[in-house]
Amino acid sequence: MSTEIQIRVNERIHSVTADPDTPLLYVLINDLELQGPRFGCGLAQCGSCSVLVNGTETRSCVTPVSAVAGRSVVTLEGLPAWYAQQKKLAKVPALHPVQQALIDEQALQCGYCFNGMIIQAAELLSRTSQPTEAQIRTAMNGHLCRCGSYPRVIRAIQRASRAMKSEIENTSDDTLAQQVQALEVAR
Amino acid sequence: MNGVIFPSPLPRREFLKTGGALVIGLSLRGAIIDARAAQDAAGVGMRGAVAGPPDPKQIDTWLAIHSDNTATVYIGYVELGQGSTTSLLQISAEELDLDMSQVSTVRLDTNITPNQGGTYSSSSIARGSSAIRTAAAEARQALLEMASKKMGAPLERLTVSKGVVTVGAMGGESQSVTYGELIGNQLFLLAFTGTAPVKPVSEYKLVGSSPLRNDIPEKVSGHYVYLQHVRLPGMLHGRIVRPRGQTAYGSGARVASLDERSIAHIPGARVLRKADFVGVVAEREWDAVRAARDLRITWETPAVLPGNDGLYDRMRSEKTSDRVVLERGDVDHAFGGAAHVASGHYRGAYQAHAPFAPNGALADVTPDRALVICSTQDVYATRNTLSGILGLPQQKVRVQYYEGSGTYGHSCYDDAAQAAAILSQLAGQPVRLQFMRWDEHGWDLYGPAHVGEVRAAADAAGKIVAYQYDGWHHNWSAVETSAQLALGTPAAEWRDGAAQMVNPSDCGGMYEIPNVRLVNHHVSGMNYLRGAWLRSPLDLAFSFASEQTIDDLARQAGVDPYQFRRRNITNERWMGVLDQVAKASGWQPRPPASQSSDGKVRTGRGIALGTHLTSYGGAVAFVEVNRETGKVLVKRLYGAIDAGLAVNPAFIENQISGQLVQTASRMLLEEVRFNKTNVTSLDWNSYPILRFEECPEVFPMVVQRLDQRSTGAGEEVMAAAAGAIGCAFFDATGVHMPEFPMTPDRVLAALGRA
Repeated sequence: MSTEIQIRVNERIHSVTADPDTPLLYVLINDLELQGPRFGCGLAQCGSCSVLVNGTETRSCVTPVSAVAGRSVVTLEGLPAWYAQQKKLAKVPALHPVQQALIDEQALQCGYCFNGMIIQAAELLSRTSQPTEAQIRTAMNGHLCRCGSYPRVIRAIQRASRAMKSEIENTSDDTLAQQVQALEVAR
Repeated sequence: MNGVIFPSPLPRREFLKTGGALVIGLSLRGAIIDARAAQDAAGVGMRGAVAGPPDPKQIDTWLAIHSDNTATVYIGYVELGQGSTTSLLQISAEELDLDMSQVSTVRLDTNITPNQGGTYSSSSIARGSSAIRTAAAEARQALLEMASKKMGAPLERLTVSKGVVTVGAMGGESQSVTYGELIGNQLFLLAFTGTAPVKPVSEYKLVGSSPLRNDIPEKVSGHYVYLQHVRLPGMLHGRIVRPRGQTAYGSGARVASLDERSIAHIPGARVLRKADFVGVVAEREWDAVRAARDLRITWETPAVLPGNDGLYDRMRSEKTSDRVVLERGDVDHAFGGAAHVASGHYRGAYQAHAPFAPNGALADVTPDRALVICSTQDVYATRNTLSGILGLPQQKVRVQYYEGSGTYGHSCYDDAAQAAAILSQLAGQPVRLQFMRWDEHGWDLYGPAHVGEVRAAADAAGKIVAYQYDGWHHNWSAVETSAQLALGTPAAEWRDGAAQMVNPSDCGGMYEIPNVRLVNHHVSGMNYLRGAWLRSPLDLAFSFASEQTIDDLARQAGVDPYQFRRRNITNERWMGVLDQVAKASGWQPRPPASQSSDGKVRTGRGIALGTHLTSYGGAVAFVEVNRETGKVLVKRLYGAIDAGLAVNPAFIENQISGQLVQTASRMLLEEVRFNKTNVTSLDWNSYPILRFEECPEVFPMVVQRLDQRSTGAGEEVMAAAAGAIGCAFFDATGVHMPEFPMTPDRVLAALGRA
């Protein structure tokens, strides 16, 4: 039976009328009209529907909407703001560093899987700011890409990790030398 | 909502506040073609208002200049994430002397875009660039004539940069006019003659450079509109109901019993049925999903498939229709006198397109017309089929393309378009149909299984003197499942195309061989699985078989596999890609790895060539074989393509990179499983693909040939990579790998350890 449910998505409270068993994904795409999370398998196998729930990557296609009541859901659309909050940045950037790095690496082909790639990579970097390649591969292993973009995604995560490091160094001790060094590393 | 929806710049979303809850009002989310196209429809009159294809002999069909000095280029090829749209815009901007920021395009639409044929065989640049290049050149010529008249200056004194035509100063004042001022938002009304001179390659500024892809920023920010995001006003959500996993092609599936009351507990859900075509619709998507899940239905499914275990034996024992694809010299005689003879039997599994997003479509069908929005690779061909299925004239059917996820060939997009159209016709309402994962995996048109028998011979000097390839496979299926179930359209197969031959380019064609025989043994596709072209169709199987046989000859002749190939190649373009991958991978002659290593995990390397139809592909693979577990890992892959003039080399590198990873996946893991009644590969667990942890390091390379015509680059290194992986296994173990995917059980069997 449909009931009214309040959910917190991208720091806004939304009231939706849905059967409590409805997978969160269908509420996000149809009621909230979000385009980040998307249908891929409905079986939690591929990762295209990923969102962050209280900061943890979660498959929205198998998560009942009722299960996220009282928790904070962040989708691709809300990722830059979530990042700014995490890093206590004065301003919300246009893109999360992982998103920027994916553009810089021209990592995508069709790009459909990249919602999940970005959400998972953001979660990884929020816990492990300087992951090794092996750590990246392990953390990302539950996300599939049919176009074969894995090698470029790995490079992009490494690039984002460097960019985030230099951003933090620059805010703590903003010397010219460090900026130059960070720029070189980023290249 | 009735009838065809014409693109209009409605706001993307309107929220109506009712009783404290947010309810979504009229929304045309995504179903809006780019604002510029809408402006165009208004400003340039009839564009989009009548059924296409627009006349290819008119300049206006190919491009429009807007008053803000930008251009829209109308392209007949779809963007599939390969970047070809950006490449075609590069070509247009080059000829028009515009900046990349001044050119854009619109999605394919049978009322708007020209008919350039389907987006197949990596053809966008190869076949598509010529019309677009010459149309742009001709438009530029016309614009310069207008400028000449307007400014009263002779043509030869005019220069153009970024769409600004300037007449030189020569001591006096310089004068200029923009394209937008000359013709902005008006039609050229000029015949396209194809006679305007195009720029010489030496003057290229944009072509051959690598501007970034224009779709990537929106794809990472989440603003890109995929098909799966599109909604129509007043629509229902639909799902199809079929047996889990397809049944034998040609033997069908019949509804034995159907209990509509079984979904009575789902509010608003209803069953729609036309003969054996069954679907459900509901206002809320989850209700449609549940209804399809809960509907009590039983099927008659004949047990006539061979199953995986009986597949290859049945293919080889069937009565086939045989065709000699190529016969040169005296093959039998040449084998008789040869110093070295190698032969082998090879097998390759059915493999799935498995697009990452299952296909879907939206349809709004009324008694007198239809709009269908889908991810077809050929909007006009899809329109033709839909016209027959709906019983409407072609001119009353409009098909619009939205990009879904990568499709790698003919996946279920036409099936989904037909199913959505049938559901909408039955419902009398617009319907958005989304295939579930098991629908897509289970009812795909798979890349057909293949059996190849190869023999090759070399003389004492290491020259290949004879070659024979016999190939068995069925052809592409010509009828979609929706049409079969709903209308009883009898199953049929294609009669020509790539599956009606063994590919001479892969099967020894790169080598100078005086005596060659290639024979295609066509197996009837009835009572097998449905088939269609899957990226680099059949080529992986050809090269896997052929290149391992070539390596066998090299070993018998005591020559390094790279040197052996060099010795048998005269074509400089094959030689170019071969040398490129050898050099990049640091290839040095050495004895076979199997002779020098006896550890549990053996490493090996392989070098191979292959292609699809045009272009030249070369690859080197490094693999690890665990002799105890049978596990094979591809550690590194080098791939080089010579596709003539590379319009955007960076895009091709990205394509090669994807091709290498996908080939590793197909060679190691991918196989459609099925029993005597149904396919059982229904998701990513039952049809595993390569993941991050086992992904090889890849090294993509483009051999740029400014003086050669552009040819395909979307699939042409896969065959080479498949061959290289097979050859690397041979190098590591000293035995041939007769079958792919190279799963542990098959590896252990090949090593004599099963």
